[in-house]
Amino acid sequence: MVKAVNNTVLHVADVHKTFGGLHALADVDLAIEEGKTHAIIGPNGAGKSTLLNVIVGKLAPTRGTVVLDGEVLTGKSPYEINQMGVARVFQTPEIFPELSVFDNVMAPAFAKRDGSFKMNMFKSIESEKAIADAAEEIIVDFGLDAMINTHAGALSRGHKRRLELAMCLIQKPRILLLDEPTAGMSRHDTNTTIELLKKIKLSGMTKVIIEHDMHVVFSLADKVSVLAQGRIIAEGTSDEVRANPKVQEAYLGEAQE
Amino acid sequence: MDAFFLQVLNGLDKGGAYALIALGLTLVFGTLGVVNFAHGALFMIGAFCAVTFRKIITLQQVALSETELSPWGTPLEIHTPYAQMWFGDFGKVLIDYSVPFSLLLAIPVMLFIGIAMERGLIKHFYKRPHAEQILVTFGLAIVLQEIVKTFFGANPNPQPIPQAFQGAADLGVLVGMAQHTITYPIWRLVYLLFSLGVIAAVFAFLRFTTFGLVVRAGMNDRETVSMLGINIDKRFTIMFGIAAIVAGLAGVMYTPILPPDYTLGMDFLVLSFIVVVVGGMGSLPGAVLAGFTLGVVQSLASMTVVKDIIPGIDQIIIYLVAVIILLVRPRGLFGKRGVMEN
Amino acid sequence: MFNISKKDAITFLLFSIVVLTMPIWLAPLGASYPGLLQKFAIYALLAVGYNILFGLTGYLSFGHAAFLGVGSYAAVWSFKLLSMNPVLALVFAMVFSGIFALAIGFVSLRRSGIYFSILTLAFAQMSYKLAYSVLSPITHGENGLQLTLQDPRAIDLMFIERGSSLPVSSFFGIPMNGYAGFYFCAIILLIGFFIAQKITSSPFGMMLKGIKSNEDRMNYTGFNTKPYMLTAFVISGMYAGIAGGLLSITDPLAGAERMQWTASGELVLMTILGGVGTLVGPVIGAWIIKYFENIFSAWNESVLHGFFSFLPDNIESFVVLISSKFVGEGWHLTLGLMFVLVVVFLPGGIMEGVRRISAMFKKNNDAEKEVIDPDNIPKSTSGKGE
Ligand SMILES: Nc1ncnc2c1ncn2[C@@H]1O[C@H](COP(=O)(O)OP(=O)(O)O)[C@@H](O)[C@H]1O
Ligand SMILES: [Mg+2]
Repeated sequence: MVKAVNNTVLHVADVHKTFGGLHALADVDLAIEEGKTHAIIGPNGAGKSTLLNVIVGKLAPTRGTVVLDGEVLTGKSPYEINQMGVARVFQTPEIFPELSVFDNVMAPAFAKRDGSFKMNMFKSIESEKAIADAAEEIIVDFGLDAMINTHAGALSRGHKRRLELAMCLIQKPRILLLDEPTAGMSRHDTNTTIELLKKIKLSGMTKVIIEHDMHVVFSLADKVSVLAQGRIIAEGTSDEVRANPKVQEAYLGEAQE
Repeated sequence: MDAFFLQVLNGLDKGGAYALIALGLTLVFGTLGVVNFAHGALFMIGAFCAVTFRKIITLQQVALSETELSPWGTPLEIHTPYAQMWFGDFGKVLIDYSVPFSLLLAIPVMLFIGIAMERGLIKHFYKRPHAEQILVTFGLAIVLQEIVKTFFGANPNPQPIPQAFQGAADLGVLVGMAQHTITYPIWRLVYLLFSLGVIAAVFAFLRFTTFGLVVRAGMNDRETVSMLGINIDKRFTIMFGIAAIVAGLAGVMYTPILPPDYTLGMDFLVLSFIVVVVGGMGSLPGAVLAGFTLGVVQSLASMTVVKDIIPGIDQIIIYLVAVIILLVRPRGLFGKRGVMEN
Repeated sequence: MFNISKKDAITFLLFSIVVLTMPIWLAPLGASYPGLLQKFAIYALLAVGYNILFGLTGYLSFGHAAFLGVGSYAAVWSFKLLSMNPVLALVFAMVFSGIFALAIGFVSLRRSGIYFSILTLAFAQMSYKLAYSVLSPITHGENGLQLTLQDPRAIDLMFIERGSSLPVSSFFGIPMNGYAGFYFCAIILLIGFFIAQKITSSPFGMMLKGIKSNEDRMNYTGFNTKPYMLTAFVISGMYAGIAGGLLSITDPLAGAERMQWTASGELVLMTILGGVGTLVGPVIGAWIIKYFENIFSAWNESVLHGFFSFLPDNIESFVVLISSKFVGEGWHLTLGLMFVLVVVFLPGGIMEGVRRISAMFKKNNDAEKEVIDPDNIPKSTSGKGE
């Protein structure tokens, strides 16, 4: 069942995850290719977030492994997996609400350097010129500079998500996982986010993006996998997937949504 | 072996007190989601209901005897409790049984205090972080404790055991052992049975009444129950009152075993929290089981044989058990995942 | 190492002035005697250290009294065995409390939330109970550990003869009681405050705040939070140990009651009352509580009569009757009430009150400014609003 090709970055190999009697993931095999944007779509409850949880080490798979650049991730703790180059944007923004936007972006940059542990308690943050510059640059890039000193908890939902994206990108991850980055956003915010993601795409970063919004998927993805009831039922380019009758069937139940 | 049984018995009555306090703590936590550090103070107030009741019931009329003289040559003072004057023999019984009778006083008083506490203070803290709940109820506990101290002073107030329950029962004889192998103070036996009775009553109430059914449903999923149009908050308030009653009753009946002073609550609170956490935050059976277990374990650890092997073990056993359980079973014996982890 | 931001430097300077002039400005408040001044400095240090754990990481420890106790015992033993030198005693206190904190922290930090609190509480209570019972050879149980004429004092006795009275701790000949003792404690407090400032404004401090804000996010961001937490716990424990050492230096008698959980509770109160997570708040909290404990508790009815003597007689005696319940023996009642009120109305403690008031003034000023200069719509300042 192994179908990893040469330029595979992340390989989800035959992963199962059960919750009690529920098969949230079954025989999931995915190969994410270098520099590509890989979309995973599927109805609610299909197991998409669970898949990301397995990749980042939040959940241990019942069976199967996840491999990044030939190194097994399964069994490692979340911080180690992040240090190996996996960054994630959550479905509901996970930020540091009490810290300023600036500190929110600084923290991941510090993590990249001192995450394992460093007694850097007598250095001042101001003396970290390189990191501060990088943080400021990315904050400006993401249009958050007007609120750089605001507490992140006070931001709008759209801004929070943009902030979380900035927090991931400052780490220059090997692979970026996005869980429904446009969920609950207005049309306008969605479009801004798409533009941002396209910009990132130009940089050649490998991405896995989970989406509900077809509009987003088809404008971004190089490859699409369709997950339904924990199984991958179709895979291919946007057009191939769109034409697949199985996919239409899986989505039919949700057509009203 | 006999000594072992005796120690188990000795642990059970204390375990009963732990279980009752922990039960109330868990009820409050399970229904309102509030960590109540003032719960020990409720136990203490219950104990002082007994003290107050006795003070009232033994108020005396002092008359001077016309014929008899005291050893100092002054007319002899005759003290007659009003209760006895007014109610005759019943008054005497009332005085003798002051502790059990004060249960009747404790129920309304505790219900009132509980509901006042919940409505007046604690309801504002449902949505606040657990740390703040701990802090505000801790402050409240200090206030309650100090108020009691102002009225009753700092000294312990011993309460008598009713005449009929004084002395020890020879339990060994009942199971065919020689006389005096296992003797056990009757009042402790009473306390044990009493605590079992209260526990059974609480469980029966939750299981067999509609009120209990709704409360249990609310403990599992508050939102859904409120969506059904049931006023769950009101019921939860009453549950807080009930938890206060349980703590208060436990306190009343414990007074002959340990003369209450104003610090009684704090001493029991720390241990009860350990009990709750060992049982598993939010689990009622866990609280009861852990209460009795820790009472017995503590009692066994104070046996000379044990102390000879590990000196000082009787002092720390409860804490040690708590540490081990929390490390081995992170959520206590019956705890649910994700409760109170942040 | 010594560079700090301008804002921190000003804070430090002002703080130093306030601390060092305490004997002067506390005089009108009746609190300017050395014994109490020493306590102010020592408990402020304790609270500053506790805030490094509770304030920055949000982990509520109920076990810090144990470290305070260990520090006290270690310092007295250093007096007994080696020398009356206070610096040596502090090193002793710091090392032993550090080791102790490392062990307790290592185990307790395997859990978070209330489970962490209960674990620390359990360890502290065990230490307290053992100090009273089986560890009596080390702690001298109920009597407390104190100096005796027969103590070995190996280092001291190489240089001087054994005297006929109990020695006092002294630093190059300056005895550590009285005002000199206060200034010694004050300088340690200032050092401790400076270090806390450094930690708070360091990347390390930012990690700790991140843990408080969203520990899960820290993990998914690549932080191994365990060693960071443990370091914070040990540092905070060492602060407590040093505070315990200072208690012994100023008064060489260490008792187990210092380790009881109520002592930890008091420490939590101080931090909350002043303002969790701020640098100055816990210090203010510590001062207020120690002031109440020592001054309020000594007030009695005659003091109150003097205080309210301007009132008509019968009103006076009524007011005195009521207020006497809140002072003297009853000062705990005031403390408890104050505590409830602060948590209910000012969860951020006194520092939040200060912030709110200054924000009010700022708003007024801004409003005035706008009237004067309506064109100045603050575009450039909006980002740096706070
Ligand atoms: N931690 C968990 N425990 C139990 N069931 C879970 C857990 N996480 C997800 N599930 C279940 O697994 C299924 C897949 O959920 P999820 O991956 O969140 O779906 P989605 O595709 O909408 O992101 C759902 O039925 C959900 O209820
Ligand atoms: Mg999802």
